Amino acid sequence: MANAIEVSNISKEFVLRHTRSIKEAVVWLVKGRKGDLSKKFHALKDVSLMVETGETVALLGLNGSGKSTLLKHISGVMLPDSGSVYTRGRVAGLIEVGAGFHPDLSGRDNVYLNGAILGMTEKQINERFDAIVEFSEIGEFIDTEVKFYSSGMYLRLAFSVAVHTDPEVFLIDEILAVGDEPFQRKCIAKIQELAEKGKTLVVVSHDLDLVSRICARGVLLEHGNVLFDGPISDAVSRLRS
Amino acid sequence: MTTTISGELTRPGLGGGFRDLRQSSFLLKLLVRKELKVRYRGSVLGLLWSYVKPGVQFVVFYVALGVFLGLEKSARNPDGLSNYAVYLFSGIVLINFFSEALGNAARSIVNNGNLIKKIYLPRELFPVASVWVSAVHFFPQLVVLVIGCVLAGWHPDAFQLLAAVGGFAIVGFLATGLGLLFGAANVYFRDSENLVDMLLMVATWASPVMYSWTMVESKLGPAFFTLYQANPITVGVELFHYAFWYPTTDGSAAMPPNLFSLWLPVGLAISLVVLALGQLTFRRLEGRFAQEL
Repeated sequence: MANAIEVSNISKEFVLRHTRSIKEAVVWLVKGRKGDLSKKFHALKDVSLMVETGETVALLGLNGSGKSTLLKHISGVMLPDSGSVYTRGRVAGLIEVGAGFHPDLSGRDNVYLNGAILGMTEKQINERFDAIVEFSEIGEFIDTEVKFYSSGMYLRLAFSVAVHTDPEVFLIDEILAVGDEPFQRKCIAKIQELAEKGKTLVVVSHDLDLVSRICARGVLLEHGNVLFDGPISDAVSRLRS
Repeated sequence: MTTTISGELTRPGLGGGFRDLRQSSFLLKLLVRKELKVRYRGSVLGLLWSYVKPGVQFVVFYVALGVFLGLEKSARNPDGLSNYAVYLFSGIVLINFFSEALGNAARSIVNNGNLIKKIYLPRELFPVASVWVSAVHFFPQLVVLVIGCVLAGWHPDAFQLLAAVGGFAIVGFLATGLGLLFGAANVYFRDSENLVDMLLMVATWASPVMYSWTMVESKLGPAFFTLYQANPITVGVELFHYAFWYPTTDGSAAMPPNLFSLWLPVGLAISLVVLALGQLTFRRLEGRFAQEL
């Protein structure tokens, strides 16, 4: 089986810049350059991760352990300081749904805009438009401006677009808590269906019971290091202990 | 598992520059459409604002400069420019296009920060879409200009119309190049957008929009006038004058020397160099957009 994602020895350092104004820089110089103007923060340290096509992987860890940063490297939003990231096929993120939504556009316009942002072609969106609307349960409100939607409707439509993009690799970051319970169940069923179809899934979530149901493999991160990589049940129990 | 393995391993997040734009032409189209829809949302006049604003601007300048300061040719003022209204407006539309394109392109990356932080897409799309939107807004002004020209007895030949296309291309490339440059820089230093505002104010007066190029030559002398002419916006404005204003006059007015043999290629070359530099800088800086926004 070929790898869908190959992350080799990547490191990422963030500069937490406190100031950018000339005034503070001058004060810093006058005071004899005491202290550092910027603080550095190691988000990922020499992380490697190979994911085979069709695998379902959960990235686990406490807040600030580097899960989302790793996901951003896989999607290409960020580039590593060192090491390399390779992916095979189209990668799409269900990362914070609705990021590309504009409140003043109608639901219909937003479906097209967001679909294109997530990498769909015009033809694909035309073909899937009805399926997207049906899945979202928006119905007649599709031509209403999105700013008049309830937050549940908004999330349902956004999730529906994302889930219909049909990439080879799915990146999912903390978005499984959308809508009311019936819709949430529907989302999870849809994600499981994708997994069964042989799509590669990488999930970031703090809902341990949920990821245990969806994913087979768990990767535990702590302070930017991979602490554990193996079956999901072991990863979850290690995180809980 | 029966998944077919499609494609080779690729490195995510490395943009292909303008090559990406062709692949994302559909997204570009949607972004432009979004901007156009959202721009005048909730306003009664809607798209009419695209006419009202330059119209008022034109009247103010015409009265102040043409009438009060005596740039318009009249019986009492034989040294003025004939058809000063057309002269003024043909420059103003081009400067408006440049100002709007560069101003919005410089802010486009920061304004779309939420998206850029979360989803990978070719980021050049945002500045380019801004320039595109400005070109759409430029069109109604062009229509008004042409109507004004026709009323003033416009009789252009094909070469003069081509000159207008050339002028528009020079200014469009320059705005895109500078937009990429300042848009990327704005992520790191928000001073960038203030710098652009200042630059745009200077740009309006640093080309012969309100006054005639002969005034510049007589005051500056040949050396500095060459420098003045090297500004691509100046060349663009002069080409617009040649296309729209010149054919409405009796042809006695002098056009700047060597406009076509020297300044048109120079202006185009400078604009293209700026575009290449802007694109290069943008690609250098875009890798860190997500963490700096």
